[in-house]
Amino acid sequence: MTDVAPVTARRQARARWLLLVPALTVLVFAASGPLLIVLIYSFLTPGDYGGVLWEPSAQGWFSVVFERDFFTDELSLADAHLSIFWRSVKLSLMTAALAFIFGFPTAYFIATRPKEKRDLWMLLIIIPFWTNLLIRTFAIAELIRNEGTVNTLLITMGVIDEPIQMLFTEFAILLGMAYVYLPLMVLPIYASLERLDFSLVEAGYDLYATRWRVLRKVIFPLAKPGVIAGSILVFVPSLGAYVTPRVLGGGKQLMLGNLIELQFGQGRNWPLGAALSLTLLAIVMVALLFYVRAAGGEEGRHG
Amino acid sequence: MAKPFEVHRQTGFATMAGLCFVVLYLPIVLLVVYSFNQGDSIAIWEGFSWRWYVSAWDNEQVQAATVRSLVIAFWAALIATTCAVLAALATTRQERFRGYTFVFAMINQPLMVPEIVTAVALLIFFAMIKVQTGYTGLGYLILAHSAFCLPFAYMPIRARLQGMDLSLEQAAMDLYGTPWRVFRRITLPQLWPGILAGAMLAFVISLDDVVITEFVKSAGQDTLPTYMLGQMRRVVTPEVNAISTVLLAISVVMVVAFYFLSRTKKQPTGG
Repeated sequence: MTDVAPVTARRQARARWLLLVPALTVLVFAASGPLLIVLIYSFLTPGDYGGVLWEPSAQGWFSVVFERDFFTDELSLADAHLSIFWRSVKLSLMTAALAFIFGFPTAYFIATRPKEKRDLWMLLIIIPFWTNLLIRTFAIAELIRNEGTVNTLLITMGVIDEPIQMLFTEFAILLGMAYVYLPLMVLPIYASLERLDFSLVEAGYDLYATRWRVLRKVIFPLAKPGVIAGSILVFVPSLGAYVTPRVLGGGKQLMLGNLIELQFGQGRNWPLGAALSLTLLAIVMVALLFYVRAAGGEEGRHG
Repeated sequence: MAKPFEVHRQTGFATMAGLCFVVLYLPIVLLVVYSFNQGDSIAIWEGFSWRWYVSAWDNEQVQAATVRSLVIAFWAALIATTCAVLAALATTRQERFRGYTFVFAMINQPLMVPEIVTAVALLIFFAMIKVQTGYTGLGYLILAHSAFCLPFAYMPIRARLQGMDLSLEQAAMDLYGTPWRVFRRITLPQLWPGILAGAMLAFVISLDDVVITEFVKSAGQDTLPTYMLGQMRRVVTPEVNAISTVLLAISVVMVVAFYFLSRTKKQPTGG
């Protein structure tokens, strides 16, 4: 007599993995596999005309932070790379802050609407998010370019004589990123505010707290996990942004994404590009770990 | 008499929210409006005309890019959705199995890894294959799109499956239905809205992709978004606005349809 249960269990397990084969095949070939190859490439020697030579080298990783003088062989920090790193981090943090300034009141506003209306308000936030990122970036570019709407309007009104150069500046990138990633801030804050128990707010007022005090001492602490989650959700894609700095920074204000592209184009240093990609990936993974802790902690607290 | 005290109100919040909605929609509205401009400007209105739509329609590069975009999006959505349905069947409505976390991480990898990193990885990997095989067709783009569309197709299908009752299928099994028959007659009809939602999402995501396509495409394989990206380097005419408007319209229709499709799941179903 054979035991039936283990046989069925084994058969189930086999069926399960069979069902997973197509998805895993696609992902191994076009997601995780290539990522492993990037890791290998980051430890190879750059070829003269792009590509790599199959000789192990730490040069790629080395060049992320350091550069060697062409003539004197002197070692120094790679200022160009570091300033791009710094700009990426700075602009991404500012983007998160700007998105918070607009996103928090909006999420609060939606969370305090009647229950049956909230979904529709949220749909209004979500629609732009699902439309083409390039088009939304382009819409901002049209708004702020020298012959664009803002400048034309200001000149017609006589406020300025010469158009203000806004496009191809850091300001343009900041504006564009805050614009395209704003929904990512609103969504998690709304999720935490929607569950907020407003009797706590009422209790605050009954105890003679001002609106500002209630906001700071009651509402904000309860919304904090959502704010942290939203900030990370905005920070992460901003850090790796490629399209927005390319269209709005115009090749003058590079961010990490553009620096990486450069290594596979004119720079012709694939190992450096691979090492830069993995550096970006590492920063993003750390940020996402914080996100999981913020989001997970919230779930745990609400049961 | 003083106004009744409103506990929900915070000073200035409604104004900020209003401003936020204006800021979200104004640039898009302007973009659409100027696509109908008679003149060459994207900021000075010179009267209504279809001129730029006609010129985009007649532009051979735009035609080719449109067809290419649609072909890639169709195949990517089809492959991603098929894989996602099978994967969702394997990963929902059962106790956690060994390797679950691994599978989940694999499926969601395209969402977590920055697009530029995936793009570079695919560039390197496909360059190797191109050298080995000499094949330079659309297959690379379709494969790449299938992979990053997969999590988007997977999510609504999984959500739908999780909300489904196992008892109907068990009853059918008890009545000696073969697994395939049970799937086709019981599971699939209930799952259908989820599949449709997932496929639509995958289609839109593929249609909108810029970064990965820009890195993976061979010469002469522009899709609409990469064609537009190339155009933005030059002086832009409202023709780009016209193409954008059409793409926007497709996205909005799909998203709104998706919203209503995924909402029906909350209401009790008749069958």
